[in-house]
Amino acid sequence: MTTPRALVRGASTTGAPSVPAVPAVRLAGVTKDFGPVHAVRGIDLELQQGEIVAFLGPNGAGKTTTIDMVLGLSRPTSGTTQVLGLAPRHAIARGLVSAVMQTGGLLKDLTVRETVRYTASLFADTRPVDEVLENAGITAIADRKVAKCSGGEQQRLRFAMALLSDPALLLLDEPTTGMDVEGRRTFWSAIRADAERGRTILFATHYLEEADQYADRIVLISHGRIVADGTGAQIKALASGRTVRATLPGADTSALAAIDGVTGVEVRGDAVLVHTKDSDAVARHLLTRTSARDLEITAQGLEQAFLSLTGEDDA
Amino acid sequence: MSTTTFRGSIDPTARRVPPLGGFNPTLLGIELRRMLRNRRTVVFAMLFPAALFLSFGSTSDWDESVGHGNVAAYVMVSMALYGAALTAASAGTQVALERAMGWSRQLRLTPLNAAVYIVVKAIIALVLGALAIAVVNLVGVLQGKPEMPVDVWVECALLTLACTSVFAALGLCAGYLLPGENAMQVLGPGLALLSFLGNVFIPIDEGSWIYTIAQWTPMYGVAEICRYPLTGDLTWIAVVNAALWLAVFVGGAAWAMARDTARV
Repeated sequence: MTTPRALVRGASTTGAPSVPAVPAVRLAGVTKDFGPVHAVRGIDLELQQGEIVAFLGPNGAGKTTTIDMVLGLSRPTSGTTQVLGLAPRHAIARGLVSAVMQTGGLLKDLTVRETVRYTASLFADTRPVDEVLENAGITAIADRKVAKCSGGEQQRLRFAMALLSDPALLLLDEPTTGMDVEGRRTFWSAIRADAERGRTILFATHYLEEADQYADRIVLISHGRIVADGTGAQIKALASGRTVRATLPGADTSALAAIDGVTGVEVRGDAVLVHTKDSDAVARHLLTRTSARDLEITAQGLEQAFLSLTGEDDA
Repeated sequence: MSTTTFRGSIDPTARRVPPLGGFNPTLLGIELRRMLRNRRTVVFAMLFPAALFLSFGSTSDWDESVGHGNVAAYVMVSMALYGAALTAASAGTQVALERAMGWSRQLRLTPLNAAVYIVVKAIIALVLGALAIAVVNLVGVLQGKPEMPVDVWVECALLTLACTSVFAALGLCAGYLLPGENAMQVLGPGLALLSFLGNVFIPIDEGSWIYTIAQWTPMYGVAEICRYPLTGDLTWIAVVNAALWLAVFVGGAAWAMARDTARV
């Protein structure tokens, strides 16, 4: 059985552009419970081939749980997960999916070359070991034991392993932690070149800045749900809001809501909370046109901003 | 989307799945080399059983006759079994370390079938067990005290290797159930105790209450089977015992593996 090289290297651009591409990832109504804990509460998500997507959210938001389901490491409690139209395990058996984790995942007593050879031997088709070592810049340390490699060298090794099978989907966990500015730039330009050949990249991060800088699209997850999905600019606009709090019995909420930039008004007893992109305008209004006192202006936390904007208050 | 990226159309069906669940000679070769490179494991596997044989095998009654041979031969076969069981079990517990290092998780992002991984680990454990058996037998030949016909000698050694699989499975099972390095700390003393109970170190008086219990412990059956070519004496209890414990440990390892696969 011979498979044409071009097809084996699935991320190449030989496919007819007229054929509608299978989505790289498709999650439909996915939930995941761990006993009484609802880690993922219903996620619908479709990633197209060639997209660079940031998966953004605080720790415990359900990022890792969702990624584990995409990787077939755990099964959703309900809903379906598909990777390139296949069940995750089947996509992995075909070398279509790889992941690079932050820590672990290496045997300390193997050499760098042995680790890559070991991994390569498990796939039906891979790129040549020497070529992968060369591309990852670890040819010089190929005969070094993993235990003697620096953190950066181990990370290069993890990338070499992940790229062996020429995956169509690459999942990265906090990929540039510990890299300097130059390393980060080189890394992302390589990732972008691969994406242009059709590889889909989904990376988990809890830094909005990194997501904004390098992703085409940001998916924000909180409390096990997607609370925002858009470009970096759209997401940043959501996150830049502030909350103005004042004591104002019988506040005229519709007047407050009419002020430019206001995205939400809440009344809690005698207090009124105004979520806004322009806190100056709200403060000016409250102090000059109403009897408001005890004025407080707080920058919204990223998560809080998303929660208030999407009505996902999970108190 | 503000950027214009090319959307490659990937045909997933053009990709192949490896045969045999990912089992291949490169994998086995690297695992073997890893094991042989671990000097502590190899020295332990070779020296410990040999030293035990030399101390236990030099009893004053070593030349008395047992079945087709002598007491020294009987002790040698027993010590080879104990040594092989211990080294195979310790090799099996390697899965605990590999789980702790995240290597098992890494492997699950490859086409490698979890059962194939277990089979490879079991093969490695048996190779190490075979090394222990070979060394004890070699020391026996050099020492010159054990006496039995060559065919009996070979049969005993081969049966011992077959019986070692029970303990390779036990090691794998423990490796999945116990965290990291604890696995061997439990198995080491545990196997020594089982060997005493299983009539491996010191003969227990037949008919005593302890013998009645001992007959149902994991070392008893396999020890009787390994020495059968020499003693010519094998009860059905011993055979049932060995079959039962093999089933328990293999089943346990399979269950522990499935449980681990579901959880991670």
